[in-house]
Amino acid sequence: MGLFSKIAEGLRKTRESLSKKFYSLFTGRALDDDFYDELEEVLISGDVGVEASEQIIEELKEACYQQRVSKAEQAKDLFKQIMIDSIDYEIEPYSYPLVILVAGVNGVGKTTAIGKLARYFTNRGKSVVLAAADTFRAAAAEQLEVWAKRSDVRIIKHEEGSDPAAVVFDALSSAKARGTDVVLIDTAGRLQNKKNLMNELGKINKVVEREMPDCDYRTYIVLDATTGQNAVSQVEAFDEIIDVDGIILNKLDGTAKGGVVFAISVERELPVVYVGVGEGVDDLEEFDARDFIQGILEI
Amino acid sequence: MGAFSGLSDRLSHIFSKLRDKGKLSELEVKQAMREVRLALLEADVNFSVVKQFVNNVSQKAVGDDILKGLNPTQQVIKLVNEELISIMGTSHSKIEIADKPPTIILMCGLQGSGKTTMCGKLAVMLRKQGKKPMLVACDIYRPAAIKQLQVVGKNANVPVFEMGQIQPNKIVREAIKEAEKNCNDVLIVDTAGRLHIDETLMDEIAGLKREFNPTEILLVVDSMTGQDAVNVAQKFNEVMDVTGVVLTKLDGDTRGGAALSIRAVTGKPIKFCGTGEKLSDIEVFYPDRMASRILGMGDVLTLIEKAQSAYSEEEAKEMQKKFKENSFTLDDYLMQFDKMKSMGNMQQMVSMIPGLAGKLKGQDLEIDEQKMARTKAIILSMTAKERKNPDLIKSSQKKRIAAGSGTSIQDVNSLLKQFAQTKELMNKMAGMGKRGFKMPF
Repeated sequence: MGLFSKIAEGLRKTRESLSKKFYSLFTGRALDDDFYDELEEVLISGDVGVEASEQIIEELKEACYQQRVSKAEQAKDLFKQIMIDSIDYEIEPYSYPLVILVAGVNGVGKTTAIGKLARYFTNRGKSVVLAAADTFRAAAAEQLEVWAKRSDVRIIKHEEGSDPAAVVFDALSSAKARGTDVVLIDTAGRLQNKKNLMNELGKINKVVEREMPDCDYRTYIVLDATTGQNAVSQVEAFDEIIDVDGIILNKLDGTAKGGVVFAISVERELPVVYVGVGEGVDDLEEFDARDFIQGILEI
Repeated sequence: MGAFSGLSDRLSHIFSKLRDKGKLSELEVKQAMREVRLALLEADVNFSVVKQFVNNVSQKAVGDDILKGLNPTQQVIKLVNEELISIMGTSHSKIEIADKPPTIILMCGLQGSGKTTMCGKLAVMLRKQGKKPMLVACDIYRPAAIKQLQVVGKNANVPVFEMGQIQPNKIVREAIKEAEKNCNDVLIVDTAGRLHIDETLMDEIAGLKREFNPTEILLVVDSMTGQDAVNVAQKFNEVMDVTGVVLTKLDGDTRGGAALSIRAVTGKPIKFCGTGEKLSDIEVFYPDRMASRILGMGDVLTLIEKAQSAYSEEEAKEMQKKFKENSFTLDDYLMQFDKMKSMGNMQQMVSMIPGLAGKLKGQDLEIDEQKMARTKAIILSMTAKERKNPDLIKSSQKKRIAAGSGTSIQDVNSLLKQFAQTKELMNKMAGMGKRGFKMPF
């Protein structure tokens, strides 16, 4: 048990919030190797990943050199800007009719995200229909139904175990017939290495492309902010199948801050579109890189 | 000899690289540890845990004897792997049963970690063990969570107790009465997912612990969890004093470093793993599998393991002695075949040895299973005396052996020739260095 107690001791430091660590790091320090080592440590312990952390630090070193910065306080703003730039993307505004396909691995909060998106659009005066295409998980459709009621929107659902592509087809037909502005498609959670389930998702994707070729079609992957480097693999695999347009970063109300989006940004230039910050119907916010960084660093 | 000299030259070249260092130096350990550190971080093991772990193992590793057949990096990885396995605990995990029924199993964890599904899996597992489990629905927040548990219960063929969205303690109190009535001896209590920093909800679940003192309090953790796993595990353990951990979604491609982080901060056993969408997809935890998964160096580990398991140190020494004394017999030869077989495919083995792959392709390493069986039969058809001294085998013995093994005299001849060549080669190689050598296979 010796090792355990030692590690627990070491972790006492880690438990200090990320922002505190950044604050002390950028206060009254010289920009020496120790500084950069510690910065790397802080970044990695925020799930930024080894590669992305190294990249950010290289950029910071370069920027400090270029601008002849030698004090940590001055490096702070440069660092902030580098962090912001590395995840800041232009997101094209929506046009209607709009179809959003929401996918991701199990337990990341897809259904909850859809529930909140429904409110997001009704708040903007749009009509919404939900497609309960998670026909696999027990009671998934019931869960979505509760969300539909909360925002008073329609829902299309079939029996548990039925073909999800058929649910989507019906939802799209219904939207076309009624002139609904937004179709939100909830899908079953699937681990990215399950070939058959991923192919099933591809089939759903094709149905949308075929049935509503001229609509504004967005595909979002939902990530759990608590997830580590596996999120990179998740994004890659889903991107292969449904050509992902953006990320919904969920569960940011915990102590994890979703640093893996930096690692993802290095691999694929994918924007975070929304962040989930709670379980309430209004706990979904448009992503803003500046606010996000400000929130993590509080510096 | 001609054909063999080329091969033995090459072998001697490779082995000299492996052989020249007796003990691990500080520099070698440092170099190897750089790789290990990176591997662990990429597997999402918590940064501080990695730091501590690497320091500990480094101290142990410096000065360690390098196993014959391994290079220094492999030797360090071997040590790292052993240390990982020992930290990861045992695989003898089972559900504790209370002296007086009902046994209460309380599930806790973050949202989306897979508690409800795991409840169903545990129920099926316990039912198969002859228990009569009942599921208790205490997730009173998430929409349709109760419905989900009911469906899971139906699929698991176990009863589900629910009272709607009322205070969880009341639900469990009634559930216990109900269980006593129906002779259900295990209660599996599903709870709402909660953030470890949500004080209200943490108080709520602590209330369940206080009133019912569950036999098992299992923390359910998503194996894809990143650096934050330590905070989550530490807080849940602080509040709940959990009895064990369940890792879910291990059928994905995550390296699962969270397992190590959680073990390190809680010291609690990882009991089970969720490995699929079906209710039967539950496994006991295997520390060795988890260790190699986290380390992500499967090839090297397999090689090390195979080199180790096929040849115990003593066997290897014994064999070396025999090579040197030229007392290698057909019995030993037979044993070699068994060893090779136990190590699996020869080509695959060779391809795993750094520096050896490619160099030996097309050489005498291809093992034909059928041929091997035939060879075994031939040797087994010899008398003990003949096996020790093949010179005794003349044409009448050959006839007998061929008949006994269902082969031809040519087969017996070719085996004897092969054996003579092997013996010569072994003898040559054994003489190559003072320290002797260990066969790479």
